[in-house]
Amino acid sequence: MAMLEIRDLEVYYGVIQAIKGISFEVNEGEVIALIGANGAGKTTILHTVSRLINSKSGNIIFEGRDITKIPPHQLVEMGMAHVPEGRRVFAYLSVLENLLLGAYTRKDRDEIEESLQNVFKRFPRLEERKKQHAGTLSGGEQQMLAMGRALMSRPKIILMDEPSMGLSPILVSEIFSIIKEISASGTTVLLVEQNAKKALEIADRAYVLETGKIVLDGPANELAENEAVRKAYLGE
Amino acid sequence: MSFISYLVNGISLGSVYAIIALGYTMVYGIAKMLNFAHGDVIMIGGYVTFMIMSTMGLSPWLGIVAAVVVCTLLGVVIEKIAYKPLRGASPLAVLITAIGVSYFLQNIALLIFGANTKSFTSVVSIPDLVLADGQLTISGETIVTIIASVIIMIAMTLFIKKTKTGRAMNAVSEDKGAAQLMGINVNKTISITFAIGSGLAAIAGILLVSSYPALTPYTGAMPGIKAFVAAVFGGIGSVPGAMIGGILLGVIENLSKAYISSQLADAIVFAVLIIVLLVKPTGILGKEIREKV
Repeated sequence: MAMLEIRDLEVYYGVIQAIKGISFEVNEGEVIALIGANGAGKTTILHTVSRLINSKSGNIIFEGRDITKIPPHQLVEMGMAHVPEGRRVFAYLSVLENLLLGAYTRKDRDEIEESLQNVFKRFPRLEERKKQHAGTLSGGEQQMLAMGRALMSRPKIILMDEPSMGLSPILVSEIFSIIKEISASGTTVLLVEQNAKKALEIADRAYVLETGKIVLDGPANELAENEAVRKAYLGE
Repeated sequence: MSFISYLVNGISLGSVYAIIALGYTMVYGIAKMLNFAHGDVIMIGGYVTFMIMSTMGLSPWLGIVAAVVVCTLLGVVIEKIAYKPLRGASPLAVLITAIGVSYFLQNIALLIFGANTKSFTSVVSIPDLVLADGQLTISGETIVTIIASVIIMIAMTLFIKKTKTGRAMNAVSEDKGAAQLMGINVNKTISITFAIGSGLAAIAGILLVSSYPALTPYTGAMPGIKAFVAAVFGGIGSVPGAMIGGILLGVIENLSKAYISSQLADAIVFAVLIIVLLVKPTGILGKEIREKV
Protein backbone atom coordinates (compact mmCIF):
# COMPACT_ATOMS: atom_id res chain seq x y z
CA MET A 1 0.00 0.00 0.00
CA ALA A 2 1.27 3.42 -0.87
CA MET A 3 2.10 5.78 1.95
CA LEU A 4 0.43 8.68 0.20
CA GLU A 5 -2.11 8.24 -2.53
CA ILE A 6 -3.79 11.00 -4.51
CA ARG A 7 -6.87 9.94 -6.46
CA ASP A 8 -8.61 11.99 -9.18
CA LEU A 9 -7.80 15.27 -7.48
CA GLU A 10 -9.48 18.41 -8.80
CA VAL A 11 -8.78 21.87 -7.39
CA TYR A 12 -10.33 25.18 -8.37
CA TYR A 13 -9.36 28.77 -7.69
CA GLY A 14 -12.77 30.35 -8.01
CA VAL A 15 -13.92 29.30 -11.48
CA ILE A 16 -10.48 28.47 -12.75
CA GLN A 17 -9.56 24.83 -12.56
CA ALA A 18 -5.95 24.53 -11.42
CA ILE A 19 -5.74 20.75 -11.04
CA LYS A 20 -7.63 18.69 -13.56
CA GLY A 21 -7.96 15.21 -12.17
CA ILE A 22 -4.59 14.03 -10.95
CA SER A 23 -3.71 10.66 -9.46
CA PHE A 24 -0.33 9.58 -8.16
CA GLU A 25 1.22 7.75 -5.28
CA VAL A 26 4.23 7.95 -3.04
CA ASN A 27 5.58 4.76 -1.49
CA GLU A 28 7.41 4.58 1.79
CA GLY A 29 11.09 5.45 1.46
CA GLU A 30 10.78 6.97 -2.01
CA VAL A 31 11.84 10.36 -3.25
CA ILE A 32 9.14 11.49 -5.67
CA ALA A 33 9.59 14.58 -7.81
CA LEU A 34 6.80 16.62 -9.36
CA ILE A 35 8.30 18.65 -12.16
CA GLY A 36 6.82 21.07 -14.62
CA ALA A 37 6.79 24.68 -15.70
CA ASN A 38 5.64 27.63 -13.65
CA GLY A 39 1.86 27.50 -13.24
CA ALA A 40 1.57 23.77 -13.94
CA GLY A 41 -0.01 23.27 -10.52
CA LYS A 42 2.85 21.78 -8.52
CA THR A 43 2.52 24.05 -5.51
CA THR A 44 -1.27 23.77 -5.62
CA ILE A 45 -0.95 20.00 -5.27
CA LEU A 46 1.29 20.31 -2.21
CA HIS A 47 -1.02 22.88 -0.63
CA THR A 48 -3.97 20.60 -1.23
CA VAL A 49 -2.19 17.58 0.22
CA SER A 50 -1.30 19.50 3.39
CA ARG A 51 -4.87 20.85 3.48
CA LEU A 52 -4.05 24.54 3.22
CA ILE A 53 -6.49 24.66 0.32
CA ASN A 54 -9.57 22.56 -0.33
CA SER A 55 -10.06 20.22 -3.23
CA LYS A 56 -13.25 20.17 -5.26
CA SER A 57 -13.23 16.42 -5.70
CA GLY A 58 -10.95 13.43 -5.34
CA ASN A 59 -9.29 11.84 -2.35
CA ILE A 60 -6.01 12.13 -0.53
CA ILE A 61 -5.13 8.97 1.39
CA PHE A 62 -2.27 9.11 3.88
CA GLU A 63 -1.25 5.83 5.51
CA GLY A 64 -4.62 4.32 4.74
CA ARG A 65 -6.61 7.24 6.14
CA ASP A 66 -8.62 9.65 4.02
CA ILE A 67 -7.32 13.10 4.94
CA THR A 68 -9.27 15.02 2.32
CA LYS A 69 -11.42 16.79 4.93
CA ILE A 70 -9.35 16.95 8.11
CA PRO A 71 -7.99 20.29 9.39
CA PRO A 72 -4.40 21.02 8.37
CA HIS A 73 -2.94 21.22 11.86
CA GLN A 74 -3.76 17.55 12.52
CA LEU A 75 -1.51 16.34 9.70
CA VAL A 76 1.69 17.19 11.54
CA GLU A 77 0.82 14.81 14.33
CA MET A 78 0.02 12.13 11.76
CA GLY A 79 3.55 12.42 10.42
CA MET A 80 3.42 14.86 7.52
CA ALA A 81 5.67 17.92 7.33
CA HIS A 82 5.65 20.60 4.65
CA VAL A 83 8.54 22.90 3.76
CA PRO A 84 6.64 25.64 1.95
CA GLU A 85 7.63 27.63 -1.09
CA GLY A 86 9.51 30.76 -0.12
CA ARG A 87 10.55 29.05 3.20
CA ARG A 88 8.03 31.03 5.28
CA VAL A 89 10.19 31.02 8.39
CA PHE A 90 8.89 33.16 11.26
CA ALA A 91 11.05 36.21 10.64
CA TYR A 92 10.51 37.87 14.03
CA LEU A 93 11.22 34.73 16.03
CA SER A 94 14.70 33.40 16.72
CA VAL A 95 16.13 30.43 14.87
CA LEU A 96 15.73 28.34 18.02
CA GLU A 97 12.10 29.40 18.46
CA ASN A 98 11.40 28.51 14.83
CA LEU A 99 12.86 25.06 15.37
CA LEU A 100 10.89 24.53 18.58
CA LEU A 101 7.71 25.47 16.71
CA GLY A 102 8.55 22.62 14.38
CA ALA A 103 8.19 20.30 17.38
CA TYR A 104 4.95 22.02 18.46
CA THR A 105 2.83 18.86 18.43
CA ARG A 106 5.38 16.76 20.31
CA LYS A 107 5.22 16.25 24.03
CA ASP A 108 8.42 14.27 24.63
CA ARG A 109 10.71 16.97 26.04
CA ASP A 110 13.94 14.96 26.20
CA GLU A 111 13.60 13.66 22.70
CA ILE A 112 12.83 17.12 21.35
CA GLU A 113 16.23 18.18 22.67
CA GLU A 114 17.75 15.19 20.89
CA SER A 115 16.04 16.15 17.61
CA LEU A 116 17.31 19.69 18.05
CA GLN A 117 20.87 18.40 18.39
CA ASN A 118 20.37 16.29 15.27
CA VAL A 119 19.18 19.32 13.31
CA PHE A 120 22.16 21.33 14.55
CA LYS A 121 24.45 18.48 13.49
CA ARG A 122 22.96 18.52 10.01
CA PHE A 123 22.89 22.33 9.80
CA PRO A 124 25.77 23.68 11.91
CA ARG A 125 25.03 27.21 10.65
CA LEU A 126 21.70 27.15 12.47
CA GLU A 127 23.38 26.41 15.79
CA GLU A 128 25.76 29.34 15.30
CA ARG A 129 22.78 31.59 14.65
CA LYS A 130 20.21 30.10 17.01
CA LYS A 131 19.63 33.35 18.91
CA GLN A 132 19.30 35.47 15.76
CA HIS A 133 15.94 36.48 14.28
CA ALA A 134 15.13 34.18 11.38
CA GLY A 135 14.46 37.23 9.20
CA THR A 136 18.15 38.17 9.37
CA LEU A 137 19.33 34.89 7.82
CA SER A 138 20.40 34.57 4.20
CA GLY A 139 18.14 32.78 1.73
CA GLY A 140 20.14 29.56 1.96
CA GLU A 141 20.13 29.65 5.75
CA GLN A 142 16.38 30.28 5.76
CA GLN A 143 15.92 27.24 3.53
CA MET A 144 17.97 25.18 5.96
CA LEU A 145 15.90 26.54 8.84
CA ALA A 146 12.65 25.66 7.06
CA MET A 147 13.94 22.14 6.48
CA GLY A 148 15.25 21.78 10.03
CA ARG A 149 11.94 23.07 11.37
CA ALA A 150 10.08 20.43 9.37
CA LEU A 151 12.43 17.70 10.60
CA MET A 152 11.72 18.71 14.21
CA SER A 153 8.31 17.07 13.94
CA ARG A 154 10.00 13.75 13.07
CA PRO A 155 7.88 13.33 9.94
CA LYS A 156 7.29 10.11 8.06
CA ILE A 157 6.88 12.11 4.88
CA ILE A 158 8.19 15.55 4.08
CA LEU A 159 6.76 17.72 1.30
CA MET A 160 9.26 20.18 -0.15
CA ASP A 161 8.21 23.05 -2.35
CA GLU A 162 10.91 24.58 -4.56
CA PRO A 163 13.75 24.20 -2.04
CA SER A 164 16.30 25.50 -4.54
CA MET A 165 14.44 28.67 -5.51
CA GLY A 166 16.60 31.77 -5.47
CA LEU A 167 19.74 30.03 -4.26
CA SER A 168 23.23 30.09 -5.75
CA PRO A 169 24.36 26.95 -7.62
CA ILE A 170 26.65 25.89 -4.76
CA LEU A 171 23.81 26.17 -2.27
CA VAL A 172 21.45 24.35 -4.62
CA SER A 173 23.82 21.38 -4.67
CA GLU A 174 24.13 21.53 -0.90
CA ILE A 175 20.34 21.59 -0.42
CA PHE A 176 19.89 18.64 -2.76
CA SER A 177 22.53 16.58 -1.01
CA ILE A 178 20.74 17.31 2.27
CA ILE A 179 17.45 16.10 0.76
CA LYS A 180 19.26 12.90 -0.21
CA GLU A 181 20.51 12.52 3.36
CA ILE A 182 17.03 13.08 4.75
CA SER A 183 15.75 10.38 2.44
CA ALA A 184 18.58 8.03 3.40
CA SER A 185 17.70 8.43 7.06
CA GLY A 186 14.28 6.93 6.34
CA THR A 187 11.98 9.88 5.59
CA THR A 188 9.84 9.72 2.47
CA VAL A 189 10.13 12.84 0.30
CA LEU A 190 7.67 14.47 -2.09
CA LEU A 191 9.59 17.15 -3.93
CA VAL A 192 8.29 19.93 -6.15
CA GLU A 193 10.99 21.55 -8.24
CA GLN A 194 11.49 23.80 -11.22
CA ASN A 195 15.08 22.68 -11.34
CA ALA A 196 14.09 19.45 -13.09
CA LYS A 197 17.65 18.34 -13.71
CA LYS A 198 18.60 18.35 -10.04
CA ALA A 199 15.26 16.88 -8.99
CA LEU A 200 15.56 13.95 -11.41
CA GLU A 201 19.08 13.28 -10.14
CA ILE A 202 17.90 12.51 -6.63
CA ALA A 203 14.36 11.24 -7.23
CA ASP A 204 13.33 7.59 -7.55
CA ARG A 205 10.30 8.37 -9.67
CA ALA A 206 8.86 11.55 -11.09
CA TYR A 207 5.64 12.96 -12.49
CA VAL A 208 5.66 15.64 -15.16
CA LEU A 209 2.87 18.20 -14.87
CA GLU A 210 1.46 20.43 -17.57
CA THR A 211 -1.39 22.85 -16.86
CA GLY A 212 -2.94 20.82 -14.10
CA LYS A 213 -2.48 17.36 -15.57
CA ILE A 214 0.13 14.64 -15.35
CA VAL A 215 1.51 14.12 -18.84
CA LEU A 216 4.36 11.74 -18.12
CA ASP A 217 5.58 9.62 -15.29
CA GLY A 218 8.15 6.96 -14.61
CA PRO A 219 11.50 6.24 -13.00
CA ALA A 220 13.51 9.44 -12.68
CA ASN A 221 16.51 8.15 -14.61
CA GLU A 222 14.31 7.17 -17.54
CA LEU A 223 12.56 10.52 -17.57
CA ALA A 224 15.94 12.24 -17.54
CA GLU A 225 16.71 10.43 -20.81
CA ASN A 226 13.29 11.13 -22.34
CA GLU A 227 13.50 13.28 -25.44
CA ALA A 228 10.45 15.44 -24.64
CA VAL A 229 11.52 16.02 -21.03
CA ARG A 230 15.03 16.94 -22.09
CA LYS A 231 13.69 19.47 -24.56
CA ALA A 232 11.04 21.02 -22.35
CA TYR A 233 12.59 20.96 -18.88
CA LEU A 234 16.29 20.22 -19.07
CA GLY A 235 17.06 22.94 -21.58
CA GLU A 236 18.71 20.70 -24.12
CA MET B 1 4.88 68.23 44.75
CA SER B 2 1.63 68.52 42.87
CA PHE B 3 3.53 67.68 39.69
CA ILE B 4 4.54 64.33 41.18
CA SER B 5 0.96 63.72 42.22
CA TYR B 6 -0.31 64.43 38.68
CA LEU B 7 2.42 62.26 37.25
CA VAL B 8 1.68 59.31 39.54
CA ASN B 9 -2.03 59.54 38.82
CA GLY B 10 -1.23 59.74 35.12
CA ILE B 11 0.87 56.59 35.35
CA SER B 12 -1.98 54.87 37.18
CA LEU B 13 -4.56 55.87 34.55
CA GLY B 14 -2.06 54.94 31.86
CA SER B 15 -1.57 51.53 33.46
CA VAL B 16 -5.27 50.87 33.00
CA TYR B 17 -5.04 51.99 29.36
CA ALA B 18 -2.03 49.73 28.96
CA ILE B 19 -3.88 46.65 30.26
CA ILE B 20 -6.81 47.35 27.90
CA ALA B 21 -4.41 48.10 25.04
CA LEU B 22 -2.77 44.70 25.58
CA GLY B 23 -6.05 43.05 24.64
CA TYR B 24 -6.48 45.29 21.59
CA THR B 25 -2.98 44.73 20.35
CA MET B 26 -2.89 40.95 20.95
CA VAL B 27 -6.18 40.43 19.14
CA TYR B 28 -5.04 42.68 16.31
CA GLY B 29 -1.73 40.85 16.07
CA ILE B 30 -3.34 37.43 15.84
CA ALA B 31 -6.76 37.91 14.25
CA LYS B 32 -5.74 41.04 12.28
CA MET B 33 -8.91 42.80 13.40
CA LEU B 34 -9.80 45.74 15.59
CA ASN B 35 -12.15 44.51 18.27
CA PHE B 36 -14.03 47.71 19.03
CA ALA B 37 -16.21 45.82 21.49
CA HIS B 38 -13.16 45.38 23.70
CA GLY B 39 -13.92 48.57 25.67
CA ASP B 40 -17.42 47.37 26.49
CA VAL B 41 -16.09 44.14 27.95
CA ILE B 42 -14.46 46.40 30.56
CA MET B 43 -17.86 47.80 31.48
CA ILE B 44 -19.34 44.29 31.78
CA GLY B 45 -16.48 43.39 34.13
CA GLY B 46 -17.31 46.46 36.22
CA TYR B 47 -20.99 45.50 36.47
CA VAL B 48 -20.26 41.89 37.41
CA THR B 49 -18.05 43.04 40.28
CA PHE B 50 -20.62 45.66 41.27
CA MET B 51 -23.34 43.02 41.45
CA ILE B 52 -21.28 40.62 43.53
CA MET B 53 -20.02 43.29 45.92
CA SER B 54 -22.81 45.83 46.25
CA THR B 55 -25.96 43.93 45.28
CA MET B 56 -25.07 40.61 46.88
CA GLY B 57 -22.69 42.00 49.50
CA LEU B 58 -19.99 39.39 48.87
CA SER B 59 -16.23 39.83 49.04
CA PRO B 60 -14.35 41.96 46.51
CA TRP B 61 -12.08 39.02 45.71
CA LEU B 62 -15.08 36.99 44.63
CA GLY B 63 -16.22 39.97 42.57
CA ILE B 64 -12.86 40.15 40.81
CA VAL B 65 -12.75 36.41 40.09
CA ALA B 66 -16.34 36.40 38.82
CA ALA B 67 -15.67 39.39 36.54
CA VAL B 68 -12.58 37.75 35.07
CA VAL B 69 -14.43 34.48 34.48
CA VAL B 70 -17.49 36.16 32.93
CA CYS B 71 -15.43 38.43 30.67
CA THR B 72 -13.12 35.61 29.57
CA LEU B 73 -16.13 33.53 28.52
CA LEU B 74 -17.77 36.59 26.97
CA GLY B 75 -14.67 37.25 24.87
CA VAL B 76 -14.59 33.68 23.61
CA VAL B 77 -18.32 33.68 22.84
CA ILE B 78 -18.16 37.02 21.00
CA GLU B 79 -15.33 35.68 18.87
CA LYS B 80 -17.18 32.43 18.11
CA ILE B 81 -20.53 34.00 17.25
CA ALA B 82 -19.63 37.34 15.73
CA TYR B 83 -16.11 37.20 14.31
CA LYS B 84 -15.31 33.59 13.45
CA PRO B 85 -17.92 33.33 10.68
CA LEU B 86 -16.30 36.41 9.12
CA ARG B 87 -12.83 34.99 8.87
CA GLY B 88 -11.70 35.70 5.35
CA ALA B 89 -14.34 38.43 4.93
CA SER B 90 -13.29 41.98 4.13
CA PRO B 91 -11.73 43.85 7.06
CA LEU B 92 -14.47 46.47 6.75
CA ALA B 93 -17.20 43.89 7.39
CA VAL B 94 -15.36 42.71 10.50
CA LEU B 95 -14.88 46.27 11.71
CA ILE B 96 -18.57 47.09 11.32
CA THR B 97 -19.46 43.87 13.13
CA ALA B 98 -17.17 44.84 16.00
CA ILE B 99 -18.90 48.22 16.29
CA GLY B 100 -22.22 46.35 16.25
CA VAL B 101 -21.08 44.06 19.07
CA SER B 102 -20.01 47.14 21.01
CA TYR B 103 -23.51 48.71 20.76
CA PHE B 104 -25.06 45.34 21.53
CA LEU B 105 -23.12 45.04 24.80
CA GLN B 106 -23.93 48.64 25.79
CA ASN B 107 -27.63 48.08 25.20
CA ILE B 108 -27.68 44.74 26.99
CA ALA B 109 -26.16 46.49 30.00
CA LEU B 110 -28.73 49.29 29.64
CA LEU B 111 -31.51 46.70 29.63
CA ILE B 112 -30.22 44.77 32.63
CA PHE B 113 -28.74 47.50 34.82
CA GLY B 114 -30.55 50.61 33.63
CA ALA B 115 -29.14 53.97 32.61
CA ASN B 116 -28.60 55.26 36.14
CA THR B 117 -25.03 55.75 37.20
CA LYS B 118 -24.05 53.18 39.78
CA SER B 119 -21.63 54.26 42.43
CA PHE B 120 -18.95 51.61 42.44
CA THR B 121 -17.43 50.66 45.78
CA SER B 122 -13.68 50.38 45.40
CA VAL B 123 -12.26 46.89 45.62
CA VAL B 124 -9.12 48.36 47.19
CA SER B 125 -8.98 48.46 50.95
CA ILE B 126 -5.38 49.50 51.55
CA PRO B 127 -4.94 53.01 53.00
CA ASP B 128 -3.69 56.04 51.07
CA LEU B 129 0.02 56.68 51.15
CA VAL B 130 0.83 60.09 52.62
CA LEU B 131 4.30 61.40 51.81
CA ALA B 132 6.33 64.57 52.37
CA ASP B 133 4.49 65.67 55.51
CA GLY B 134 1.08 65.41 53.95
CA GLN B 135 1.92 67.39 50.79
CA LEU B 136 1.66 64.31 48.60
CA THR B 137 -1.10 61.74 48.90
CA ILE B 138 -1.16 58.67 46.71
CA SER B 139 -4.40 56.74 46.90
CA GLY B 140 -4.54 53.03 47.61
CA GLU B 141 -6.26 52.56 44.23
CA THR B 142 -3.37 54.24 42.45
CA ILE B 143 -0.84 52.03 44.18
CA VAL B 144 -2.80 48.84 43.51
CA THR B 145 -3.40 49.80 39.86
CA ILE B 146 0.28 50.42 39.19
CA ILE B 147 1.38 47.24 40.98
CA ALA B 148 -1.28 45.14 39.26
CA SER B 149 -0.32 46.44 35.84
CA VAL B 150 3.38 45.81 36.44
CA ILE B 151 2.58 42.22 37.45
CA ILE B 152 0.32 41.74 34.41
CA MET B 153 2.91 43.12 32.03
CA ILE B 154 5.69 40.93 33.38
CA ALA B 155 3.42 37.88 33.35
CA MET B 156 2.22 38.54 29.79
CA THR B 157 5.75 39.14 28.52
CA LEU B 158 6.93 35.87 30.07
CA PHE B 159 3.84 34.05 28.80
CA ILE B 160 4.36 35.20 25.22
CA LYS B 161 8.10 34.69 25.23
CA LYS B 162 8.46 31.48 27.22
CA THR B 163 5.42 29.27 26.79
CA LYS B 164 4.48 27.04 23.93
CA THR B 165 1.11 28.76 23.60
CA GLY B 166 2.83 32.14 23.52
CA ARG B 167 5.14 30.94 20.78
CA ALA B 168 2.14 29.63 18.84
CA MET B 169 0.50 33.06 19.17
CA ASN B 170 3.59 34.70 17.71
CA ALA B 171 3.62 32.20 14.87
CA VAL B 172 -0.06 32.72 14.05
CA SER B 173 0.35 36.48 14.13
CA GLU B 174 3.17 36.30 11.62
CA ASP B 175 1.95 33.65 9.16
CA LYS B 176 -1.26 31.68 9.72
CA GLY B 177 -0.55 29.19 6.93
CA ALA B 178 2.96 28.41 8.11
CA ALA B 179 1.64 28.14 11.68
CA GLN B 180 -0.83 25.49 10.55
CA LEU B 181 2.03 23.61 8.92
CA MET B 182 3.62 23.45 12.39
CA GLY B 183 0.50 21.72 13.69
CA ILE B 184 -0.87 24.82 15.41
CA ASN B 185 -4.65 25.01 15.65
CA VAL B 186 -5.22 28.59 14.48
CA ASN B 187 -8.86 28.79 15.63
CA LYS B 188 -7.94 27.62 19.11
CA THR B 189 -5.08 30.11 19.28
CA ILE B 190 -7.42 32.95 18.30
CA SER B 191 -9.89 31.81 20.99
CA ILE B 192 -7.17 31.79 23.63
CA THR B 193 -6.13 35.29 22.60
CA PHE B 194 -9.68 36.61 22.96
CA ALA B 195 -9.97 34.84 26.33
CA ILE B 196 -6.78 36.41 27.67
CA GLY B 197 -7.55 39.87 26.28
CA SER B 198 -11.06 39.84 27.76
CA GLY B 199 -9.89 38.52 31.13
CA LEU B 200 -7.40 41.38 31.26
CA ALA B 201 -10.16 43.80 30.27
CA ALA B 202 -12.14 42.69 33.33
CA ILE B 203 -9.22 43.53 35.60
CA ALA B 204 -8.73 46.85 33.84
CA GLY B 205 -12.43 47.61 34.26
CA ILE B 206 -12.38 46.92 38.00
CA LEU B 207 -9.26 49.04 38.49
CA LEU B 208 -10.75 51.84 36.42
CA VAL B 209 -14.05 52.06 38.28
CA SER B 210 -12.28 51.70 41.62
CA SER B 211 -10.43 54.94 40.87
CA TYR B 212 -13.27 56.63 38.97
CA PRO B 213 -16.33 55.11 40.65
CA ALA B 214 -19.11 56.08 38.24
CA LEU B 215 -20.39 52.99 36.41
CA THR B 216 -22.75 53.33 33.43
CA PRO B 217 -23.30 51.21 30.30
CA TYR B 218 -20.98 53.64 28.48
CA THR B 219 -18.15 53.49 31.01
CA GLY B 220 -16.02 51.32 28.75
CA ALA B 221 -16.43 53.29 25.54
CA MET B 222 -13.99 56.16 26.07
CA PRO B 223 -11.28 54.15 27.87
CA GLY B 224 -11.65 51.58 25.09
CA ILE B 225 -10.98 54.19 22.43
CA LYS B 226 -8.11 55.67 24.46
CA ALA B 227 -6.60 52.21 24.83
CA PHE B 228 -6.95 51.70 21.10
CA VAL B 229 -5.11 54.98 20.59
CA ALA B 230 -2.48 53.74 23.06
CA ALA B 231 -2.08 50.51 21.11
CA VAL B 232 -1.64 52.38 17.81
CA PHE B 233 0.61 54.92 19.54
CA GLY B 234 2.90 52.16 20.80
CA GLY B 235 2.72 50.21 17.54
CA ILE B 236 -0.30 47.99 17.07
CA GLY B 237 0.57 44.31 17.36
CA SER B 238 3.46 45.00 19.72
CA VAL B 239 2.98 43.97 23.37
CA PRO B 240 5.67 46.23 24.88
CA GLY B 241 4.35 48.96 22.56
CA ALA B 242 0.89 48.70 24.13
CA MET B 243 2.40 49.07 27.59
CA ILE B 244 4.52 52.09 26.69
CA GLY B 245 1.71 53.64 24.65
CA GLY B 246 -0.80 53.19 27.45
CA ILE B 247 1.35 54.71 30.16
CA LEU B 248 2.47 57.63 27.97
CA LEU B 249 -1.13 58.34 27.05
CA GLY B 250 -2.26 58.37 30.67
CA VAL B 251 0.56 60.70 31.67
CA ILE B 252 -0.06 63.08 28.74
CA GLU B 253 -3.78 63.13 29.51
CA ASN B 254 -3.35 63.83 33.19
CA LEU B 255 -0.67 66.48 32.78
CA SER B 256 -2.75 68.20 30.09
CA LYS B 257 -5.72 68.23 32.44
CA ALA B 258 -3.60 69.69 35.20
CA TYR B 259 -1.59 72.31 33.32
CA ILE B 260 -3.39 73.10 30.07
CA SER B 261 -7.10 72.49 30.17
CA SER B 262 -9.26 69.68 31.43
CA GLN B 263 -11.62 70.22 28.50
CA LEU B 264 -8.85 70.05 25.94
CA ALA B 265 -7.10 67.02 27.47
CA ASP B 266 -8.71 64.48 25.16
CA ALA B 267 -8.07 66.67 22.13
CA ILE B 268 -4.43 66.90 23.12
CA VAL B 269 -4.21 63.13 23.50
CA PHE B 270 -5.53 62.60 19.98
CA ALA B 271 -3.35 65.39 18.58
CA VAL B 272 -0.29 63.62 19.99
CA LEU B 273 -1.42 60.43 18.29
CA ILE B 274 -1.73 62.21 14.95
CA ILE B 275 1.73 63.71 15.31
CA VAL B 276 3.31 60.38 16.26
CA LEU B 277 1.68 58.66 13.29
CA LEU B 278 2.81 61.42 10.94
CA VAL B 279 6.40 60.99 12.07
CA LYS B 280 6.36 57.22 12.52
CA PRO B 281 3.33 55.58 10.90
CA THR B 282 3.97 52.21 12.55
CA GLY B 283 3.88 53.69 16.07
CA ILE B 284 6.69 53.83 18.62
CA LEU B 285 7.61 50.13 18.61
CA GLY B 286 5.71 49.09 15.48
CA LYS B 287 7.30 46.56 13.20
CA GLU B 288 8.43 47.80 9.85
CA ILE B 289 6.89 45.87 7.02
CA ARG B 290 9.81 43.76 5.96
CA GLU B 291 9.75 41.15 3.29
CA LYS B 292 12.40 38.78 2.19
CA VAL B 293 12.15 36.48 -0.77
